[in-house]
Amino acid sequence: MKKTRFLSLSLAILLVSLLVLPCLSSCAEGEEDGGVTTLYVYNWGEYISDGSEGTVDVNEMFEQWYYDTYGKRVVVNYSTYSSNESMYAKISSGAANYDVIVPSDYMIDRLIDEKLLAPLNYDNIPNAKYIVPEFQNSDYDPDLDHDGYNDYSVPYMYGMIGIIYNTEMVDEEDIGSWELMWNEKYKGNILQFNNSRDAFGTAQYYLGNDVNSDDEAEWREALDLLKQQKPILQGYVMDEIYNKMENGSAAIAAYYAGDFLAMYENNDSLEFFYPKEGTNIYVDAMCVPASSQNKELAEIYINFMLGVDEEYGAPAIANAEYTYYASPNVLVCNDEGYIEYMNEIKEGGYDLMYGTDGIETSSYKNLTGDKLLLLNQLWEELKSDVTVSGAIYIICGIIVVVVGGALIFLAARKRYRNNY
Amino acid sequence: MKGRSVFQRMAAAPHIVWAVMFIVAPMLFVIYFAFTDEKGVFSWSNFASLAQYSNVFILSIAFALIATVICLLIGYPLAYFMSKAKPKTQKVLLVLLMLPMWCNLLIRTYALMALLDNGGLLNSLLESLGLGKLHIVGTNFGVILGMVYDFLPYMVLPIFTTMTKLDRRYIEASADLGCNSFQTMTKVVFPLTVSGIISGITMVFVPSISTFYISQKLGAGKIDLVGDTIERLFQNPSTYNVGAAISLIMMILIIVSVGIMNRFSDNDGGIIV
Amino acid sequence: MKILSKSYIFIIFALLYAPIVLLIVFSFNEAGSLNEFTGFSGVWYKELFNDEEAFNALKNSLILAVSSSLIATVIGTFGALGLHHMRKKYIKGAVNSVTNIPMMNPDIVTGVSMMLLFVAVAGFLHTQSFLGFWTMLVAHVTFNLPYVLLSVMPRFNQLDRSLSEAALDLGCTPSQAFFKVELPQIVPGIVSGLMLGFTMSLDDFVISHFVSSPDFQTLPLYVYNQTAHNVKFSMYALCALIVAIILAVLLIVNFAGSPKKKGAAKR
Repeated sequence: MKKTRFLSLSLAILLVSLLVLPCLSSCAEGEEDGGVTTLYVYNWGEYISDGSEGTVDVNEMFEQWYYDTYGKRVVVNYSTYSSNESMYAKISSGAANYDVIVPSDYMIDRLIDEKLLAPLNYDNIPNAKYIVPEFQNSDYDPDLDHDGYNDYSVPYMYGMIGIIYNTEMVDEEDIGSWELMWNEKYKGNILQFNNSRDAFGTAQYYLGNDVNSDDEAEWREALDLLKQQKPILQGYVMDEIYNKMENGSAAIAAYYAGDFLAMYENNDSLEFFYPKEGTNIYVDAMCVPASSQNKELAEIYINFMLGVDEEYGAPAIANAEYTYYASPNVLVCNDEGYIEYMNEIKEGGYDLMYGTDGIETSSYKNLTGDKLLLLNQLWEELKSDVTVSGAIYIICGIIVVVVGGALIFLAARKRYRNNY
Repeated sequence: MKGRSVFQRMAAAPHIVWAVMFIVAPMLFVIYFAFTDEKGVFSWSNFASLAQYSNVFILSIAFALIATVICLLIGYPLAYFMSKAKPKTQKVLLVLLMLPMWCNLLIRTYALMALLDNGGLLNSLLESLGLGKLHIVGTNFGVILGMVYDFLPYMVLPIFTTMTKLDRRYIEASADLGCNSFQTMTKVVFPLTVSGIISGITMVFVPSISTFYISQKLGAGKIDLVGDTIERLFQNPSTYNVGAAISLIMMILIIVSVGIMNRFSDNDGGIIV
Repeated sequence: MKILSKSYIFIIFALLYAPIVLLIVFSFNEAGSLNEFTGFSGVWYKELFNDEEAFNALKNSLILAVSSSLIATVIGTFGALGLHHMRKKYIKGAVNSVTNIPMMNPDIVTGVSMMLLFVAVAGFLHTQSFLGFWTMLVAHVTFNLPYVLLSVMPRFNQLDRSLSEAALDLGCTPSQAFFKVELPQIVPGIVSGLMLGFTMSLDDFVISHFVSSPDFQTLPLYVYNQTAHNVKFSMYALCALIVAIILAVLLIVNFAGSPKKKGAAKR
């Protein structure tokens, strides 16, 4: 009885989904027949104004604008990653095709080296003129064709790494240096980056080494320091840091300045500083992978993201206001409303993001060949460095002895009985 | 019996082709990748570099073992008590047991982490009561707790099923023959539910040893298990080979341990869902 | 003793349900925080229904689950038929154990092995962007197969030989005998295999994680991505909804129609 009921119900569910599916898929596939192009955008998590909690959905805005301007439908397929390295894995293995990606500086250098990016046609990106000149002809992407712009990338946001701490849990006298990340007093309350480049960066800055060092000994030194830090860490995390810092699960974390402002909005006992030993300054820029099927559309998308449109809105400002990162775009960083907005979130919020004076900064360079292999190897060493405590051995020993003893006893008894 | 028709002969062909293409071939690729270097040249180097992961392996096995034993210790009495309840109550309890099993593991693990995190509800509660904080997330205890929490139903269900199928008359007979309830338990109930225990153990041990989500969330990325290592190595094409070697070792480890387990089981009737 | 066992059951279930209940309760929390409950509100559910990404993930999950379970059922049912009639015991045994590999292996190994296969094939063909719907479909069909075989095979073994032989004697071709006589008897097995595959496919995260690309996300992958980032509170609403749906299904399966059962028993 029960079985038949289960079966009939199951059948019903399946039938319903069979009926629902065509309706669902018709929304997408039906249009595709009508000449809809899909633009694949692959970006960092939390890095675009996506319409959540009352913000503007810039991708939707683009779709609408494109339709009104060109009379053709375009659908933005937007997906996210949480580190340069995981994005690189997808791009380099060719596992997936994207039209727009937003790597950081050193990763752009690497992607150019490996010929994975397509050179940009600036005729489609007139808004690139709004990018502050200092961000053009950059180290990671030099302007070899002398048109005044980077050859492969259009800067999207920039920022610096600093240390976020909870004022309720951390003493004011301990702050100011990278040393805070190694302070035993806060054991179990410290969060470290869960990507090799940034994690080793914190150690290199603390040691006063070059973050792009050629010297293997310096990298090993950094590894020792990170191994020493591991026992007092709560964990290695990336964007999980938001929830952990906001609800007070952790007291100290190194992270990107813009994200601090986002966390501060939800928990005003958080504070932030740039360590005195120096820190990383990075630029994330929009690029088009060489494998892109829609290069021109991708460039139009990039152009749209840089602009301010009177009719449709200001995607450049919307993104900057959503992410809180510093924008290299003059339309944004000189906009009165935007400056006011940043200062409303936190007093001095604008200066925190844009005031780089007096802070020693350096950027990551692309590590090539052996150095990259070394970094990966050291990162593996750090992550696989787990200690099996004595207690675990003892517990497992007891389990093995008890279970093994019982089994041997049972087997022996069975044999003994079978002999009769 | 008449000879087999072409139809009957060929019916299994798609199945066999599929199995060869998508079950056998992938396994061969794991072996191939495990025994070659990045350029596709035969080498042992992947296995040589496994030495640095020895602690990771020990820790994973230890955690899975401890979690399985705890699940058994908690789950066996639970299944026993459940099987003694009235049929109607049993039905309700069964639904309550199945619900977490059918819920996605990610949801349950994340919910547990949200509850136990240093700034989570449990710790806010403890703090407001004036008790100190409990650091669970990011510790060994946290990861084991996560495994026990996630996989306990998989232990209880097969044991419960064998218990309900148990012939009540055996228990009555043993009581009539002078066994006290403890003796009945050890001499009658326990031996008759061994098959349930075995499938329970397999269903807890295998996912525990290969998990990576639980250690990511409840270990906060700090406690690396075999699953985490494999997952990380497969994010970078240059480390596929080492990843394949680790996967191969884990596969052999599990086949051997499940094989040993099944030797203690009388019937092979595994219980699924 | 009674009280002891009852309280034991109660405590264990309370612990088992504490996080889930917490999730459901706080999905109604106005503040969007897991720490303090500020007020009852459905705002996160509203947000969820406006979340295109979640909706897409649901759509993808359903498409994948339906198509993979159907394909697996067709292949597996014919496979079971063929195996049933197979004379060579060792081939039968070999096919059976090979099919069971994805069920025995840890998911992560299955996922990794499928990924290596796809990587190797794509490398051989020099194709780009090989991961996506089709690789997911292949992987899901593969891990659904053993469950289909597991539910259909026993039905074949229970078949009454004499019936199909009678059909053959009465002039049926073997394929007619299969479709008219044998198939109706094994339908319940097929349906339960189909359902098992459907639910396994809906629930799978680990294997999908390795063979998917970010632009084809299923619901579990969506949840995973959410929990790896700054969790949107609408995700709690999503989780609460999933729990509610599963509970409803379980309740219907186990309790609906109980009165009818009594009536049937009397007859």
